Amino acid sequence: MTLDKAPLVQMLRTMILIREFDERAIQLRLGGKIYGAVHPYVGQEAVAVGVCAQLSVTDRVTSTHRGHGHCIAKGADIRRMMAELFGRVDGYCKGKGGSMHIADFAVGMLGANGIVGGGLPIACGAALAGQLEGKSAVTVCFFGDGAAAEGEFHESLNIASLWKLPLVFVCENNQYAANNPVGVQHPRVDIAAHAAAYDMPGVVVDGNDVLAVHAATEDAVRRARAGEGPSLLECKTYRWHFHAMRAARPPETRPAEEIASWKAADPIARLEQHMVGRALLSPDELRTLRDRVTAALDEAVAFADASPFPDPKDLMADMFAQ
Amino acid sequence: MREITFQKALEEAVAEEMRRDPRVITMGTDFTGDPIKEFGAARVRFTPISEAVLTGMGLGAAGCGVRPIVNWRMVTFSFVAMDQVVNQASKIRYMFGGQADFPVTYRCSTGGGIGLAAQHSQSPYSMWMHLAGLKIILPSTPADAKGLLKSAIRDNNPVVSFECSRLATLTGPVPDGDHVVPIGVAEVKRTGTDVTIVALAYYVGESLAVADELAREGVSSEVLDPRTLVPMDVETLRASVQKTGRLVIVDEAPATCSAAAEIAALIVEDPDTFRALKAPVRRVCAMPVPVPYSPPLEQAALPSRDDIKAAVHGVLKESR
Repeated sequence: MTLDKAPLVQMLRTMILIREFDERAIQLRLGGKIYGAVHPYVGQEAVAVGVCAQLSVTDRVTSTHRGHGHCIAKGADIRRMMAELFGRVDGYCKGKGGSMHIADFAVGMLGANGIVGGGLPIACGAALAGQLEGKSAVTVCFFGDGAAAEGEFHESLNIASLWKLPLVFVCENNQYAANNPVGVQHPRVDIAAHAAAYDMPGVVVDGNDVLAVHAATEDAVRRARAGEGPSLLECKTYRWHFHAMRAARPPETRPAEEIASWKAADPIARLEQHMVGRALLSPDELRTLRDRVTAALDEAVAFADASPFPDPKDLMADMFAQ
Repeated sequence: MREITFQKALEEAVAEEMRRDPRVITMGTDFTGDPIKEFGAARVRFTPISEAVLTGMGLGAAGCGVRPIVNWRMVTFSFVAMDQVVNQASKIRYMFGGQADFPVTYRCSTGGGIGLAAQHSQSPYSMWMHLAGLKIILPSTPADAKGLLKSAIRDNNPVVSFECSRLATLTGPVPDGDHVVPIGVAEVKRTGTDVTIVALAYYVGESLAVADELAREGVSSEVLDPRTLVPMDVETLRASVQKTGRLVIVDEAPATCSAAAEIAALIVEDPDTFRALKAPVRRVCAMPVPVPYSPPLEQAALPSRDDIKAAVHGVLKESR
């Protein structure tokens, strides 16, 4: 299906917002406004955006340690995201979770996760809830190539297929599990190949082509909604930055040519070219769009900075439900 | 009042709660009887042996409005799901700032004494207590088993139900109707004035038997069952020790970093209770070894009635 202008502009805007959010997060971490670890999603924007464009607010996603992109693509409010990164009370988790435990259940974003593979079983549970509800809600489980070496990955694919859960497994193969290349992790670097063992479709997608991701997700989501069970999409992509940073950027250890070749396949530039080629985007429109993203981020940072830190007297609040 | 087994009481709790609330589902590798006949295959789920995904599924479904019961069978199998218990279930509500509730119940058998050897004779309550985000029940009678498990299923938090293997066939009275025992409330199973014996699970009954023997010697024992380990009913424990001035704690977990250690600390760190103590606190726990198979070795590893009695004699003798 050829998308018309409005959804393409929306996808482009979200991809740029994700990239600029994380570029901003890096600067804010260096500036001491954000604490702990930052895992930038820069370079992988087409995956979150292409997938989530096929979902509605009643659908659910689980995320990873590199979760800002999934949050934004699923419709979370960047002001409350930024406030969470700042450790403030207006953050999604009242400052108790931070980047690696950000969640917005109201839009079906069931949480980032600091444990590689940890979100897969939770996604199966969300999909089971969707199946029991009978309203054809779908769950998307985002995870990385590293998670495919975890036992939880195999347990999850097995039971999801066995029970025909309305679930789409989306592997973001960004070529590195933490700092080790996929070839060190897996005898076969196509994670999608595992799908055959669990009797579900497994598809390799160009994860830097948002339109390809969007189209592949459409098939998988349709299958899930129809009660035909899960699919595994492997989106080949690349993170432009480090695995994680704390107070300083870690040194780059990957080959310069490799980085350059993936940057040449920039998912945002490719969507822009597609739209320009179809005369759907003028330079003025692009400039306006980028200006609006910058303004939205400025507002998010101001919102976060104006939000108070949590009161230590609330330390024990939220431990248990009544 | 009818008398039923501990195991039957637990099964009744699950069935009654499934009848009461259509959101309750149960997942496990096998079930007693044919619950699918009454509740259907959508709510009674036979599963592969996949503890990690089952533990996480319970949590994920709970966060989306379902009320799952996940049966690990034996607590030892839950260790396969360590990530989902430790990193996810115990932390998920707090780290998300309380934006969702996770009403999931994890059931498992625990304890030794039935010849199952090292891996299947463990009582790791304190490992889960340490995590801070799980409620934990540990009943000692059929009535408490039913009432506490019903409370666990109705609770809006992850609750671990430790179900002592040696109690499975124990028969006892269980009230008719909707018998619910609140989480977090200890029970004085026998009142006394000379010594408080705090016992867990199987050792509640053993301590009551020892208390009968001690009574014939003229020693008056108060036997207290916490019933819930998280939250612990500290007030009831302290009130009893303030009355008797002596404390013996009995459990079949090894003493190191155990529930017994926690109870001892809760007693001695409270100034009023500390001042009321007439003797050092004693713990009667398992030896710090993997529980061995051969009956004489297993018996030597686990606490006995003689050990409990000797500990009571000890605190009486050591009293100021």
